[in-house]
Amino acid sequence: MNASATTPPAIELKGISKAFGPVQANRDISLSVAPGTIHGIIGENGAGKSTLMSILYGFYRADAGEIWINGQRTEIHDSQDAIAAGIGMVFQHFKLVENFTVLENIILGAEGGGLLRPSLARARRTLEELSREYGLDVDPDALIEEIGVGMQQRVEILKSLYRHADILILDEPTGVLTPAEADQLFRILRRLREEGKTIILITHKLREIMDVTDTVSVMRRGQMTATVRTAETNPEQLAELMVGRKVLLRVDKAPARPGRPVLEIEGLRVRDDKGVERVKGIDLTVRAGEILGIAGVAGNGQSELLEVLGGMRPGAGTIRLNGAALPLHGRGADGQARRAAGIAHVPEDRQREGLIMEFHAWENVAFGYHHDPAYQRNALLMDNAAIRADTERKIEKFDIRPADPWLSARNFSGGNQQKIVVAREIERNPDLLLVGQPTRGVDIGAIEFIHKQIVALRDAGRAVLLVSVELEEILSLADRIAVMFDGRIMGERLPQETDEKELGLLMAGMSGEAA
Amino acid sequence: MDKMPKWADVVLIPLISLLLATILSALVILGIGEDPIAAVKIMFDGALGSTYGWGYTLYYATNFMFTGLAVAVAFHARLFNIGGEGQAMLGGLGVAMACLYVPWPHWSIALLAAGVAAMLFGAAWAAIPAYLQARRGSHIVITTIMFNFIAAALLNYMLVNVMRPEGSMDPATERFPAAVHLPTLHELLAPLGIGFSKSAPANVSLLVAIAACVLVWALIWRTRLGYEIRAYGHSETGARYAGISPFRITMIAMLISGALAGLMAINNVMGEAERLVLNSTEGAGFIGIAVALMGRSHPFGVFLAALLFGFLFQGGAELALWSNIPRELIVVIQALVILFTGALDNMVRMPLERLFLALGNRRRDMGEGAPLPERKPTQPTE
Repeated sequence: MNASATTPPAIELKGISKAFGPVQANRDISLSVAPGTIHGIIGENGAGKSTLMSILYGFYRADAGEIWINGQRTEIHDSQDAIAAGIGMVFQHFKLVENFTVLENIILGAEGGGLLRPSLARARRTLEELSREYGLDVDPDALIEEIGVGMQQRVEILKSLYRHADILILDEPTGVLTPAEADQLFRILRRLREEGKTIILITHKLREIMDVTDTVSVMRRGQMTATVRTAETNPEQLAELMVGRKVLLRVDKAPARPGRPVLEIEGLRVRDDKGVERVKGIDLTVRAGEILGIAGVAGNGQSELLEVLGGMRPGAGTIRLNGAALPLHGRGADGQARRAAGIAHVPEDRQREGLIMEFHAWENVAFGYHHDPAYQRNALLMDNAAIRADTERKIEKFDIRPADPWLSARNFSGGNQQKIVVAREIERNPDLLLVGQPTRGVDIGAIEFIHKQIVALRDAGRAVLLVSVELEEILSLADRIAVMFDGRIMGERLPQETDEKELGLLMAGMSGEAA
Repeated sequence: MDKMPKWADVVLIPLISLLLATILSALVILGIGEDPIAAVKIMFDGALGSTYGWGYTLYYATNFMFTGLAVAVAFHARLFNIGGEGQAMLGGLGVAMACLYVPWPHWSIALLAAGVAAMLFGAAWAAIPAYLQARRGSHIVITTIMFNFIAAALLNYMLVNVMRPEGSMDPATERFPAAVHLPTLHELLAPLGIGFSKSAPANVSLLVAIAACVLVWALIWRTRLGYEIRAYGHSETGARYAGISPFRITMIAMLISGALAGLMAINNVMGEAERLVLNSTEGAGFIGIAVALMGRSHPFGVFLAALLFGFLFQGGAELALWSNIPRELIVVIQALVILFTGALDNMVRMPLERLFLALGNRRRDMGEGAPLPERKPTQPTE
């Protein structure tokens, strides 16, 4: 941290405000980031972090406020202005051309001439220098589609450095990385800091903030609520600043008392829409009264596993529920049949699967259970009044806000949308509950509540299969952990006998013995 | 928070669109040196000024209700059925067969049978594109358009080679027997002591069309099938999650849609022409698309939009008759209304949404700070 009183801040935001219609995404935000530091911005989904960074990168124009870069008032109208001001951005979803090489991707948009060959030669030399200087190893001739996500992220960082960025913004950079890859990224970030770069790290993970940042700003509801030195704070305080009240970061639960097997999976194989085999023969058992957590980096077959169990996709192999085999394709294997068999499903993507966003809350409460006789008035008509009454009950019990059955799902916050899904599924008291990413994009307060509900179902003697890419969530919620990599189960561990490091190695495909 | 109140979406946008279309039409009429006020007067007098005019307006509106509902039902399943024209033609074939080949004792039984035949034929014609979409992924817009041409060719063949009475030079069937004559509004209203033009073609089918509006409303918003159709229309992955079969919904929605389009034939073939002629549909299948768009795929909206287009059709015909405005220009005027109310929806919608947002903001700034909804603005970058 070489910021001194005489050097102006690398970035200074003064009174930034931005509204999207009625939504005040940013309200009078001021921020000062010293050069050569790693500055974390933490906040819940929808707190306005991404909007703020989009203003800094020129995607949005602020309604009010000023941006100062290195002591100079700077107008940023588009990303070209941002790049010219020395700002580089690494997005959560990479912007790379899959069938281009690393080198081609790096010069894309900065070719520097009409002819490709001399530009590529020049870029190759620059790239070698950059790689050496910052310890960023990449093969310039590898195709993007053939390298891993960690490597792809490095390409994104190199793209910014190639454009002479002195300020790097990383938006949720570890979402797709294994813990080991994340550690590697943090090493790169520290190296960049040593070389004098300024880094802004946007994340909702407290651990990352504590690990790598020098200072941290907390955003809540579009406002900057605090900026503190990382060394002088702790996760509990940050969580409280994010949510605005004290929160329980650990899941409070009694030891599990597993009973008879509820779900038995043998030799399950699943193909995705393109016909690629994503689940390559797995065996799993989930018992009554336990939560089995499936850990793994996104895209290693967990989604397909959930989809087969939930009746959204055909598969091959054997699945038994309470000892009875379930069909894996055809009419008897659809979502209706699964629900009838006693499987409830909180899907990974609540907006595309679990809810119809245009439907009212009460219509969504019947979603998937619209054949329930309690919801029918007679052979022809549905009993909408009964559904609404049921919705009122669930709104009350699960504290869904606003408490309005007529509101469209779209108009609830992420946490309350998820509560609608969780209420609908858990209140069916299923034998087996499938849960995918239960707290993705959900605010901390609602996370606490949803976790409690899942544990309560377990304590009632039901089986729960939990899929999450958040290792912390798996470690604190699951009673037993199976790690999935490339469509296979790499090993099973008990949460009290393992740690993030060991699970991380399994998630990266190293076998249990090597760990 | 929705961007603007529902009433603005449902009422204001169609009205503004209509107003814009009217203004532009007036300019066009001025441009050829005619008087737009006089033209409007002719249209109103011709379409609504007499029971004769009303009889035609309602006759056209009946056609458009059927085809508009057909498009609307499919649209709820996010299927764009452009094939209403062909399905209505096939419906005509069904009506003609039912009326010509079976001796019916009374018009009411004949109407029932002809209606069923019309629906079956229309549904069958929609079933093939539906199957191709559901199983093979062939785009329903393309296939239904192609099926319109096939329907026209088929009808041509049937009328020229099969159903034409011997010795006739006219590619049409013979006249339906008198027993299947449907009561016109004149005959229906006379017992009530209400005088109605004798020569206007509006008939009992209008009541069937209104009943169809009510039934479609109940189907879409009150039945499980309607729930599934809407869910599938909003999100196919959501439907898969809920165990709603995309194949089943695609087939059923298109069958209902085709049946509704086919049912139009009880009005134009059985009620008006009383025989099957070439081009009996007169483009009503396509007007149905505009009617459904303007009616926001809601049966009540379809009802109102069908009345409007009925007015435009009848008023336009009168205009061609009583003014120097050439027939082609009247088609231009009708097309302008379709263009504005159907296709250029966003042109009116977006400024209006911005206006409502601005109004909403001002109101909020004066009041307390509203809690921030979670919904994130869409990142232009992702």
